[in-house]
Amino acid sequence: MDPLLNPKGGQKQLLLGNLGIVRGALEAGVAFVTCYPGTPSSEIPDTFFQLAPETDIYFEYSTNEKVALEVGAGAAAAGVRTLVTMKHVGLNVAADPLMTLAYIGTEGGMVILTADDPMMFSSQNEQDNRYYGKLSGLPVLEPSSPGEAKEMTKYAFDLSEELKLPVLLRTTTRINHSRGVVEFGKMNKRVTRGVFTKNPMKKVAIPAVSRVLHKELLAKYDQALEIANKSDLNFIEGKGKLGIITSGISYAYVLDAIGDLGLKGSVAVLRLGFTNPFPKKLIQKFLRNKDKVLVVEELEPYLETETKAAAQEAGITIPIAGKSDKLFSRLYELEPGIVREKIARYFGIKYKALKPVKTDDLPQVPGRPPNLCPGCPHRATYYSIKKVAGDDTVYPTDIGCYTLGVLPPLSAADYLLDMGSSISTACGISRATGKKTVAFIGDSTFFHSGITGLADAIHHKHNVLMVILDNGTTAMTGQQVHPGVDAEPLGRDLKRISIENIVRSMGVESLFIAKPRNMKATQKAVEEAMAYEGVSVLISEEFCPLYAKRIGALPKRPVFQVDQEKCKKHRECLTRLACPAFYLEGEDIMINPNLCNGCAVCGQVCPENAIKPARQGGQK
Amino acid sequence: MTATRIHIIGVGGQGTVLATSLIGQAALAAGININVSEVHGMARRGGVVESAVTMGDLMSPIISNGEADILLGFEPSETLRAAVKCNNKTLVITNNHPLPPFTVSIGKGVYPDIADALGKLEKKVGSLVALDADALAHQAGTVLSLNMVMLGVLARHADLPFDEKHLKKAIKDNTKPKFLEMNIKAFDLGYNS
Repeated sequence: MDPLLNPKGGQKQLLLGNLGIVRGALEAGVAFVTCYPGTPSSEIPDTFFQLAPETDIYFEYSTNEKVALEVGAGAAAAGVRTLVTMKHVGLNVAADPLMTLAYIGTEGGMVILTADDPMMFSSQNEQDNRYYGKLSGLPVLEPSSPGEAKEMTKYAFDLSEELKLPVLLRTTTRINHSRGVVEFGKMNKRVTRGVFTKNPMKKVAIPAVSRVLHKELLAKYDQALEIANKSDLNFIEGKGKLGIITSGISYAYVLDAIGDLGLKGSVAVLRLGFTNPFPKKLIQKFLRNKDKVLVVEELEPYLETETKAAAQEAGITIPIAGKSDKLFSRLYELEPGIVREKIARYFGIKYKALKPVKTDDLPQVPGRPPNLCPGCPHRATYYSIKKVAGDDTVYPTDIGCYTLGVLPPLSAADYLLDMGSSISTACGISRATGKKTVAFIGDSTFFHSGITGLADAIHHKHNVLMVILDNGTTAMTGQQVHPGVDAEPLGRDLKRISIENIVRSMGVESLFIAKPRNMKATQKAVEEAMAYEGVSVLISEEFCPLYAKRIGALPKRPVFQVDQEKCKKHRECLTRLACPAFYLEGEDIMINPNLCNGCAVCGQVCPENAIKPARQGGQK
Repeated sequence: MTATRIHIIGVGGQGTVLATSLIGQAALAAGININVSEVHGMARRGGVVESAVTMGDLMSPIISNGEADILLGFEPSETLRAAVKCNNKTLVITNNHPLPPFTVSIGKGVYPDIADALGKLEKKVGSLVALDADALAHQAGTVLSLNMVMLGVLARHADLPFDEKHLKKAIKDNTKPKFLEMNIKAFDLGYNS
């Protein structure tokens, strides 16, 4: 049995915040879990995927976040405790059902995890999803540590059932991807079967019903506000005339700063864990005997604006500050040193910061950008397409490993917004420029939100080539299944949907299936596709080598090596293909046999035929 | 106990995340409060991987510039990249075996003179321990045991709130039995280097 499933409580484990959330949901008796994976949330669904066969929990990687939220809403409507997880931008995709789900409410406890990514370690923006609480009217909880993430997740289910509303659990990367001590509690009994009680006048959001439901939501909001004002998740530590209001990981930085500055006990810290509805009464009480208050939070001035509004309402005129040129930035994440410095500055406390060593006389360190793996099929596809379509063609791209094609020398990415945007933006670019435009999209992203864009392209006869980079898995986020995956090697019984059949059935006449390692045939297909006026689709099929290795489908192939006598050292392979298995030894081009997986693409790029499989007893 | 902040840097595939987690497990076993942070996702595709361990009376899982008590570098140019985490008391432990980034391999970047640069860094910090951890890992059986070598060196030179027995137990409990003997050998080679 996985230790996470241990029904007993009491044991302490060092867990990733995401696994704390898994344990919290298990302790709450979660029976239904849906998601779309995305950093920094992915370990939650990945763990449920592993655990599900050992239990009677239903788990799915849904097609996208909107679908995940809707499938989850259905289960929760039938009274089953449900967890739905996604990264912050995923909640944009799911925002449509979210807003009306707030009206309809829920029967079974329903928790929606939104994992924000301040600093954009692995995201296209750093939006602050606490505003979704305001926008939807749903309660928002923000944990400050992995241990608290577990406790809050468990509590969120109870809160959800008390209010009959879904609860947003908002984390950030430093909670999801930090490890801390998590103390296990007892597990509630899981109820996996529910009953859907018909009541269309409460559950079918037509205008007449919604007008009533909106009123009910506001009443629930008031009820939630009462709970927030009294919640143990909002607590005060220390006392004095100086105050700090904070939430999430910023609380950790505040506590350490107060310790470092010798202020323990002499500054009052109000830690908010229940941040929407904003606990106005509690805040006003806190502000009343303070001389000066600092709000410490990452990204937007969410707590700060609310605090100032609460102060205004109570006629409190003390200085309240947070985001400003001299204090905290709205950009990126906070860190302990910044928080310590700003607290000292705001409260006029002298301290000597530890000085970083001077590094100006140390040599410049060369960059180490992430790169497509050796033998990655995307590299071969990009090479072939650029070879035919050239540098002037515009290449909108999408979200996945293949976004790394943006880097030179492949330079195969010109425009990117969000999941599925490659094909739709290509339509606009092509129409406005009058030129055939090439969109790159991965297989999982195609199912997530590429099909609707393709329908638009076909229907309006846009002049685009959609290249579907089908590597048989959701590679970027950790090799999750999606509707196009053959799940049998993973031991799961899921129906596979053929991308080719979808595209064909939608009426695409210019359709090509390419094996990217066969570069001649791929390039011939690209030539035909580019010459076609209208929508063409090229499906480039080849397993992600890391995934192939995992499922035992990576063939044993001889590694390649450079015949130094034949090599004319013009470096076409190095400068155009840029496989990380290559390196220079003096003027000689070499291939690292430990990195090469024998994909044979370089051999087809070399005009001298100087790159060949190593014979036995060769390099490896 | 006083607080200890360890910043760890390396290259994707060098096993820094596992090493970080093992330090955490050892601290937990010794009853020490611990916070660990890691970078996942995009940053792992052959790029720089950074993690941090903070122990004692601390809650923050990350370390600001100038505030690392220990910098543990799995690759020498990456150690230089993270030098800004050090102050004049920091203990730097670094592998001195280069793993040039791809930009250097294809002649589009210059890899620094490591011996010279580490010499300069040594004068700025509390102390610096440099060793060829790749060679010791090879000696233990495979370069993949590099992270165990680095843990051994850490246990030997750093004033940690737990001892090497806790680390060895963490290795035993959290790595594959098939590799245990090699991992312990690599740890000992690091410890006795």
